[in-house]
Amino acid sequence: MKTMLNVALPKGRLGEKVYTMFEKAGFECPSIRENNRKLIFENPEIGVRYFWVKPSDVAIYVERGAADIGVAGKDILLEYGPDIYELLDLNIGKCKMAVAAKSDFYDDHQKTLRVATKFANIAKSYYTALGRDIDIIHLNGSIELAPILGLSDVIVDIVETGTTLKENHLEVLASIVPISARLIANKSSFKFKNEKIEEIMQSLKRQTEETV
Amino acid sequence: MNFENHVLKNEEKAIFRLRGLYQKYGYSQYKMSKFEEYDLYVRNKDFLVSDSVITFTDTNGKLMALKPDVTLSIIKNSKDTAGCVQKLYYNENVYRVSKGTHTFKEIMQVGLECIGDIDNYHIYETIFLALESLKSISEKYILDISHMGIITDALDMLDASDEVRAALLKCIGEKNVHEITQICHAAGIDEQKADVLKQLILLYGQPQQVIPKLRKIIQSEKMTAAVNQLELLTDLLSKNGYGQNIRIDFSLINDMHYYNGVVFKGFVEGIPTGILSGGQYDKLLEKLGRKSGAIGFAVYLDLLERLHSDTPKYDVDAVVLYDTNTDLEAISMAVRQLADAGKSVMAQTSVPDKIRYRQLLKLQGKEMEILENNA
Repeated sequence: MKTMLNVALPKGRLGEKVYTMFEKAGFECPSIRENNRKLIFENPEIGVRYFWVKPSDVAIYVERGAADIGVAGKDILLEYGPDIYELLDLNIGKCKMAVAAKSDFYDDHQKTLRVATKFANIAKSYYTALGRDIDIIHLNGSIELAPILGLSDVIVDIVETGTTLKENHLEVLASIVPISARLIANKSSFKFKNEKIEEIMQSLKRQTEETV
Repeated sequence: MNFENHVLKNEEKAIFRLRGLYQKYGYSQYKMSKFEEYDLYVRNKDFLVSDSVITFTDTNGKLMALKPDVTLSIIKNSKDTAGCVQKLYYNENVYRVSKGTHTFKEIMQVGLECIGDIDNYHIYETIFLALESLKSISEKYILDISHMGIITDALDMLDASDEVRAALLKCIGEKNVHEITQICHAAGIDEQKADVLKQLILLYGQPQQVIPKLRKIIQSEKMTAAVNQLELLTDLLSKNGYGQNIRIDFSLINDMHYYNGVVFKGFVEGIPTGILSGGQYDKLLEKLGRKSGAIGFAVYLDLLERLHSDTPKYDVDAVVLYDTNTDLEAISMAVRQLADAGKSVMAQTSVPDKIRYRQLLKLQGKEMEILENNA
């Protein structure tokens, strides 16, 4: 029996795009295109197994070895800091991590800055580097609401097109870091399934270079 | 030694085998107290894997710590003797914060240290024992080998600030070439100089494939010396049959303030993280004002729990039921008989909850009646 390479894909549009890249790399698994609620798809002939997981969980599956490789956003990698290999920038799912506030916001440096975010670690390290004293308000969604209701002064969040911000009369104050999807690998799997992982990596690399 | 295979857990079996192995090669066991003065760890904080240490005040008012690390204690208590090498192994619990729960955890470690006038033979022997240790744990094992001299020199060439250097080190550990490009670009570092570093971390494979490529990349005398040493060591290891199990990997980095020469990390299939970690750490001794060199490694045994082992289907072979009227001697005879026949046996008046047994027996007078047979 062939050894299986376990691949964790992020559920959603990005994941589908990524699967197409894997398919082009010669690691197809036709059953994945069937419209059903299954979570695991296998192609035993090639020796590959895909599964859909919540995008923010991909890094955990890979770090703990349940998946050998996976695709995760840089935001998740920065926030969670998993002990993995980050092999490739896939140049898709591009956006940025940014600080935003109400358009009439004035930054009073004499006060502690209240920051609402899903990404507490990213926000902390950004403001620590600036030497700014902050208070983190950890929210799980609708971050844009926080400054409008006066819950926070600013937000640290992912900005894609900026439409949501604009519609809520918020604007970007500073960009923290550009975000895109990354190919990640478990450190132990990288040794034991090296050939397959290198093959995928090289093909994905060619594909990303073609699109640039 | 005759120990019954099914009684011992993976990690317990490993302890026996590793201790036997180290003793065979002339290492003697180093036994130490659970506690150490906290001061020792404060002065060498970067050497520790995690920052947090459990502390308490001893009866004499001294601040003590539960050992987070064994190496520092061994080094502290060793002496410099010219031309001599002290060979020690240990099997101790250390206390560290676990990443998942953020609480302290007791971790069983086995390891060895070689302290004194270290030469290439001692380095070879340590790597050889690391390989043998992995082999005794699993058939499928790989030891990654790197040389701090090469990576340090490649980083020094960039002449980067401490902050940039730290960011680059993180990328090296992740094999993250795309971000090295970005960081160097942002810091105004010459792309050609950064190229050496990038090529180094992309190299991965067996020594005979990697070393010729490595020779084309390296630029300084320091690097050449390090590559020569790597080649010498890996050639000998290959000759001794370990060629398939060693890989050169420069993404493997240990703290540069302490480690200087060869560093290595061991993996076995089925465990998601490294289970063995070590290297040459002359710089630590230098920091402590010592003349000796040192090399060693530790095996993290707590991880072996995850290694595939057959979970037994039954907790016990036979449950023998008796009641208050049963003759005491008859019970003891029945139990003894089953145990002597090599079965595990449990005498009870009623069947305990959640117990998985092969056979359920009832003692009627002096006769045994089989109530259930699951085998």
